[in-house]
Amino acid sequence: MNSNPATIMTDPELANRTYIEPLTPEFVAKIIERERPQALLPTLGGQTGLNVAVALAEAGTLDRFGVELIGAKLEAIRKAEDRALFKQAMERIGLALPRSGHARSLDEARTIVATVGYPAIIRPSFTLGGTGGSIAYNPDELESAVRWGLQMSPVGTVLVEESVIGWKEFELEVMRDLADNVVIICSIENVDPMGVHTGDSVTVAPAQTLTDKEYQLMRDAAIAIIREIGVETGGSNIQFAVNPADGRLVVIEMNPRVSRSSALASKATGFPIAKIAAKLAVGYTLDEIRNDITRETPASFEPAIDYCVVKFPRWAFEKFPEADRTLTTQMKSVGEVMAIGRTFKEALQKSIRSLEEDRWALTLGRPLADDELRRLLSVPTPDRIFAIGDAYRAGFTTEQIRSLTHIDPWFLENIREVVEFEPQIVAAATDPEVLRRAKQLGFADRRIADLTGATEMAVRARRLAHGIRATFKTVDTCAAEFVAHTPYLYSTYEEEDEAPPTARPKVVILGSGPNRIGQGVEFDYCCVHAAFALRDLGVEAIMVNCNPETVSTDYDTSDRLYFEPLTLEDVLNIVERERPLGVVVQFGGQTPLKLAVPLRDAGVPILGTSPDAIDRAEDRQRFNALIAELGLHQAAGATARSLDEARVIAVKIGYPVLVRPSYVLGGRAMRIVHDDQDLGEFMHEAVQVSPEHPVLIDKFLDDAIEIDVDAVADGTRVLVGGVMEHIEKAGIHSGDAACALPPYSLGEDEVQALRGQTRALAQALGVIGLINVQFAIRNDTIYVLEVNPRASRTVPFVSKAIGLPLAKIAMRVALGETLEAWLRWDGRDLPHIAVKESVFPFVKFPGVDTVLGPEMKSTGEVMGLDHDFRKAYLKSQVASGLLMPTLGKIFVSVRPRDQRAVAPLARRLIDLGFTIVATPGTARILGRYGMSVETIHKVAEGYRPNVIDLMKRREIALVINTPADGRARKDSTIIRSTAVAQDIPHYTTLDGAQAAIGAIETLLKGEPLVQSLQEYHADLR
Amino acid sequence: MKPAWLVLRDGRTFRGRSLGAVGEASGEVIFNTAMQGYQEILTDPSYRGQIVAMTYPMIGNYGVNEEDVESRRPWVNGFIVKEASPVASNFRSCASLDAYLTRHGIVGIQDIDTRALTRHLRDRGAQDGLISSIATEPAPLLARARALPGLVGRDLVAEVTADAPYTWSEGGWELSRGYVAPPPPRFRVVAYDCGIKFNILRQLSTIGCDVTVMPASTTAADVLGAKPDGVFISNGPGDPEGVPYLIESVRGLLGRVPIFGICLGHQILGLAAGGRTYKLPFGHHGANHPVKDVATGKVSITAQNHGFAVDPASVSAHGWEPTHLNLNDGTCEGLRHREWPVFSVQYHPEASPGPHDANDLFHRFADLMSQKGG
Repeated sequence: MNSNPATIMTDPELANRTYIEPLTPEFVAKIIERERPQALLPTLGGQTGLNVAVALAEAGTLDRFGVELIGAKLEAIRKAEDRALFKQAMERIGLALPRSGHARSLDEARTIVATVGYPAIIRPSFTLGGTGGSIAYNPDELESAVRWGLQMSPVGTVLVEESVIGWKEFELEVMRDLADNVVIICSIENVDPMGVHTGDSVTVAPAQTLTDKEYQLMRDAAIAIIREIGVETGGSNIQFAVNPADGRLVVIEMNPRVSRSSALASKATGFPIAKIAAKLAVGYTLDEIRNDITRETPASFEPAIDYCVVKFPRWAFEKFPEADRTLTTQMKSVGEVMAIGRTFKEALQKSIRSLEEDRWALTLGRPLADDELRRLLSVPTPDRIFAIGDAYRAGFTTEQIRSLTHIDPWFLENIREVVEFEPQIVAAATDPEVLRRAKQLGFADRRIADLTGATEMAVRARRLAHGIRATFKTVDTCAAEFVAHTPYLYSTYEEEDEAPPTARPKVVILGSGPNRIGQGVEFDYCCVHAAFALRDLGVEAIMVNCNPETVSTDYDTSDRLYFEPLTLEDVLNIVERERPLGVVVQFGGQTPLKLAVPLRDAGVPILGTSPDAIDRAEDRQRFNALIAELGLHQAAGATARSLDEARVIAVKIGYPVLVRPSYVLGGRAMRIVHDDQDLGEFMHEAVQVSPEHPVLIDKFLDDAIEIDVDAVADGTRVLVGGVMEHIEKAGIHSGDAACALPPYSLGEDEVQALRGQTRALAQALGVIGLINVQFAIRNDTIYVLEVNPRASRTVPFVSKAIGLPLAKIAMRVALGETLEAWLRWDGRDLPHIAVKESVFPFVKFPGVDTVLGPEMKSTGEVMGLDHDFRKAYLKSQVASGLLMPTLGKIFVSVRPRDQRAVAPLARRLIDLGFTIVATPGTARILGRYGMSVETIHKVAEGYRPNVIDLMKRREIALVINTPADGRARKDSTIIRSTAVAQDIPHYTTLDGAQAAIGAIETLLKGEPLVQSLQEYHADLR
Repeated sequence: MKPAWLVLRDGRTFRGRSLGAVGEASGEVIFNTAMQGYQEILTDPSYRGQIVAMTYPMIGNYGVNEEDVESRRPWVNGFIVKEASPVASNFRSCASLDAYLTRHGIVGIQDIDTRALTRHLRDRGAQDGLISSIATEPAPLLARARALPGLVGRDLVAEVTADAPYTWSEGGWELSRGYVAPPPPRFRVVAYDCGIKFNILRQLSTIGCDVTVMPASTTAADVLGAKPDGVFISNGPGDPEGVPYLIESVRGLLGRVPIFGICLGHQILGLAAGGRTYKLPFGHHGANHPVKDVATGKVSITAQNHGFAVDPASVSAHGWEPTHLNLNDGTCEGLRHREWPVFSVQYHPEASPGPHDANDLFHRFADLMSQKGG
């Protein structure tokens, strides 16, 4: 059960029945009614799974169908999740929590603060990832923090808690079986002390600064907690804080389920927590389960680590420039990397270059005055760790840095050692002993090159000449006490290399690195399929990736796993040693694609589409020539090297225009600009135009329909997998737009034309593997917007909708097979329709505008699957977390040019029984069409109640609000962010609103039925 | 820092840097997989005769302190780590690892590939070796490593046992109070000191034992003369067959008084019962060994530190039965006599370092003594 199409989990081969349906109690109840399972396992699907299970249990659904909750019973979940019950439970076993109390109102919160003092932590009950949590340093902050927290909590309560900010933070991953055996899989220590959400902290495994006596106290506490809470089996995560001054231990919280930290712990130790948890849930005991890695020893042990693991979060603040970058108890990161080294220093430096943020050292890379450094150290932001390096360079002492950051001196001193070695590199760059030591400290060749004024490849050549090369060690759960049978490897610079390559033919698959906006698990799905395809072909699959949240970094996905940064240096270390048939770069998104040319230049064979073809699709001029050669159309546009040039171009092709820097891909710093003034402002703020950094100006195709096509080609033959029609009109990044497969409004001739153009482009480029083309149709003309000769974000969605594993097929083709056998599926008719909808992180960034544009902002997606468009769309909306209303008031406020088009929509809503509430302008127009609507004040008018008041009083069930063009849009930002905060469905395009109304009409006729993916696919045969 | 060498008997050589005292050390080289607790390991007398390599690469992070000691001094012959932390970060810390080793004259080596060493010992077995931070080249060290005597048959207990009997009166450790006073004693216990860890004594005090610690050479008659409610036989270094006098004394106690043995004490009981012991290839040294209680099926995660084991088949004819099994390799982890109030475990229920899972064994000893007292 999962509504997410991007994961391997919802592949039809992975389970007997796979339901891609909304994860709501209503839909899960339907599935239970249909499948009549004996048990429900709620502890592996994160907070979402747990909340659904609780709702089903409380509603009596589980009892009605005789379904047993396994893993954790309802009572245990409640005891762990309800702060009051949890506190009582801890008191029963003699463990301390920070002093705290529960508040249902601001007054109650104030009473509690009188005893716990400032700063106080505010935590809403029952939310995911600390959503809605914050720190209050004064009464004003308390008021806003409590109001926000009460809104966020589905049960309307917050915990007001004594601050343990600055204390050391630890986590233990605990397993328990039905025979009451308990083991600790991993300890994790946060480098960032309490006050920063663990998801936003740099963390280290195992714990580094605890004596055995302290660690055993924590271990005893963890065991007592899992028993007292009554989590029967499987992974739980327990967080502790320790006062660095006296070792006082307090319990922070327990997750009665596997968590993000469990995934990290699994990758950090080689102990597959979730896999074992599933076996324990059905009654196996730990001693009955074999350790896959050693094969001879049982799972009832505690992994021994002989390396250091560092997790570094990946944020996306560049996508939300208005958002507050301060790190708090609410998680703001969107992904993470993990790095393994033999020491903390080595692992930390590897983690930095794994981030793919063009960072190669512990520095912010700009001059910083002492007071700015002090500020950077005292306020936790993504910059802090880097600022520590700069602080040491500026002569700060460890004690000074500790007092500003509260980071344990052990971590600081390790950073100091790294930073203080840099002058030695500068002074003696050719000394092999210095070079070797630098590599052992984790310095990238690139950093050594920067310090010494050499090129990265020159540093590489020099160290290889001295025999300084990476050695590879195994993650084996047991610190080498037993023989390991799974080649799960990491690099270091030591004496012994313990896993020599095999003699088999092999292929290296480059993964997609940390999850970020624009590059999520979709690409991991493709990499995993590539590995499966290689296994089917008898070719050794070698995976390289550094993202612990993925399936590609499971030790049993590929034949060999290198948990390594995806940089040229680290990939070359592997390729030079493995000597593969080639490297595949087309499955992991931009990350491996960026490496294609440097790898080719280093003599590495690239399998599939050639780097030259990739360049032809990405280089503006070569691409224009290709389009012209094929006689296709593209939007008018040109390259500007100055603001004046940009103005001339814009006037020539006509506003609105799409402006973006030529040197950034993936929609970053891209905007639709409507007039001269707008152009000047954007180019001033966001892009520094210069001859070296030209800016692309394209005609924006207003009111066009956008289409995505995914296909596989073998150089000559082309298999078109899916033609997806966007629901919103052009101007919204394809990663954010909702889309339908097959198209719901295009004619058959248009679909055929799109297929034909895709085929022509794939053939002309000589694509071998996956290709994605983005089109726009306006006034019967098809424009080619973009061609990506690689896996796209929609490959898993398309594969699941059409029942063909496109990525697997692409991998086979890249190894030389033809598409002959697959062509009979080309143009296959679908008896069902699939809708993809995006999921956004706006709730983490209060006040950030939620209007979508050419820059991608979503962090995930859901799939709605049914036999007609409206049902599928409804499912996609429900799955994305919206509660679609069937009665109540709907607020409508649209920009002037949408006013005519909104009238029929409003009419439909009134016919369905809704009341329309509108701002005076919109109300007047609707009145002209004979509709009676309620009028409400605009926020800016200053009268109360205004629309925000109504929304906060939950009197508005749905919002239709299209933003005005350009500068006028700021006014409606607050409406949209309130909608996000209040969980009110809101639509910022009329296309979206229209689809939503269709969905509501469907809902009024009764909720749609559920069907498994396997059944949908069976209908295709 | 001075360069240093580690040379194993079979010729495998590692070059690193000096740690602790400058000089030379020899002994059986073994590895320990515990990730914390190095100070307890250093001060555990059972490591006498051995050079301990820590598989966890960063050692010394929290320094050393006054409390986390298992005897009055470090006993390891030598110490091997990948990276000794120069900074000691902990509120109880009072010195760095390096300073502590130097003060106690312990020769160590750091900056070697400890994982390569571990894999070597795992595949070839624990073996004698030599650390030197004064030699300029390793070749001459090899000949000396080959001439080392090994552990088999040697009496290392004599080097670590108490010179004279003494009494113990310290209880368990609490975070805010340190070692606390034990409850009033209920039992009179004689503990044979074969290299006893303080935490065993603290645990015995905590369950209400008035403990008299006696040298390993004490005879059965002298022990019985003290009229104990129970006798404890401690952990200790080396080969149990190297201490025939103790085996003889214990044989004289069997069936006459409740007995509890840990580690070497367990092996001594096995030999006193008429069984045999044998050397394991590289022993068990760590804090993560799963042990199954044969009667209940429960699994405990245990601290272990031994290179020899009892063959359970060799004692079964004499009225003994195995009570505990090591789930990693199936070796015998516990014995008891079917009629007499005698039991023993190969692992360390007193932990320190390691998990507290098996702490209830001390209560089992108390129960045996209660039953005997009626």
